[in-house]
Amino acid sequence: MALVGRFVLLGFVSVSVVSLFTPKPAQAQENPYLVAYDHYLEEPGNLEIEYFSTFGTERGGNDFHAFWGELEYGVTAWWTTELYLDGQTTFNDSTLFTGFRWENRFRVLKHEHFINPVLYVEYENKNGADKLLKEVEGHDVESDFLVSNDVAQKEHDHEIELKLILSSTFRGWNFTENTLAAKNLRNSPWEFGYALGASRPLGLKAAAKRCTLCRQNFVAGAEMYGGLGDRHSFGLHETSHYFAPVIAWNLPSGWTLRVSPGFGLNDNSHRFLMRWGVSREITGFAAMVSRLLGGRK
Amino acid sequence: MKSIVAALAVCASLLAVSVVLAQSGNTEQRPVVKAPKYDPAIYAELQKAPEKARNRGNPLANDPDAVAAGALLFRQHCAECHGHAAEGSPKAPSLLVPEVQEAAPGTLFWVITNGVVRRKMPVWSKLPEPQRWQLVRYIKSLGGSAAAAESVIRKP
Repeated sequence: MALVGRFVLLGFVSVSVVSLFTPKPAQAQENPYLVAYDHYLEEPGNLEIEYFSTFGTERGGNDFHAFWGELEYGVTAWWTTELYLDGQTTFNDSTLFTGFRWENRFRVLKHEHFINPVLYVEYENKNGADKLLKEVEGHDVESDFLVSNDVAQKEHDHEIELKLILSSTFRGWNFTENTLAAKNLRNSPWEFGYALGASRPLGLKAAAKRCTLCRQNFVAGAEMYGGLGDRHSFGLHETSHYFAPVIAWNLPSGWTLRVSPGFGLNDNSHRFLMRWGVSREITGFAAMVSRLLGGRK
Repeated sequence: MKSIVAALAVCASLLAVSVVLAQSGNTEQRPVVKAPKYDPAIYAELQKAPEKARNRGNPLANDPDAVAAGALLFRQHCAECHGHAAEGSPKAPSLLVPEVQEAAPGTLFWVITNGVVRRKMPVWSKLPEPQRWQLVRYIKSLGGSAAAAESVIRKP
């Protein structure tokens, strides 16, 4: 696991550095969600490099800061693939690499419809100290994080996660609903969860001049997510739920900033999660790599 | 400990190589892009726009800023594939040809909204409707150069 993580990290850093020096960033039109997904995939040949951070409070234990790096690539107009590298710091404890994830999203329908389904398939290779809360599933509760990093990192999980994303855009608003089913491949029951989101750009028309602070560059909304138990005890019993306002700022330079304070909705939830993230979209990444390797001119 | 030092050394070397490669790429001129081959089948998607969509008028038809705003949007989202002057590239067709320039605004709006997913054009409904109409205004404003473009593109 450590060796795999090291190689993946090397690849991630190299690609990130190459990409950050590329002269062709694109102004992204990103949604503000940090947990929910809408039906828009990465444009083919584009690469998005992302970093996200979550600060969380822990009653009866140490607060934590979880973080992940993400490479998102548009393989085709109907398939986007992503690689995540995850880590966390638990205050008064330690900092550690918690694993990696490989995610794929597939657009099902050719054309735009009122409701647009996207299928999501993810493989996770992580240890028990993972604190990302990128999705909340099953009976995930706040007290799970009371275990020290030393003990938690000894547990290794291989997990498959499936999502059905149903998303709709109407009069500038995006509404999305994600249903989640996850299974630890070591003989655990299927676990379920959900995420809901709604967002809208603050301005619908584009300005005639390049601008940084125009309303059209800001997208605001809210998301809500939580667990729905598992195959043996489906429902809201012993589950945690969160509500989080979200805002994204799409800069003309190609960078996107996202901020989202999240609030636990019941006693099983962390009281407060502060999330933020930064991403940059690189157009023509595939062509750039091809040129570097002496391909098409 | 030794393996950590080795890993760090490899990482540092990769970083250095990456930066050098990337910087050398920055100083290169924009690669010469082959003129796209004219293929009427590529424009067949325009014929698939439903009548209701075709008949929609552009609500920004009289907006004096729409073309300028559309030009900016085009540069941000479309130029990578369709070319900076919409002349086309090996990735995506020219938008200066009569098939596009003579198409109804509603047809262009429909194609932008739905994309041509199997031909790698993504759906652009993530741009709010007014921005898609601004794009349509900009693309239609290129009509003056359509004849010139056609004479270049149609040559065998």
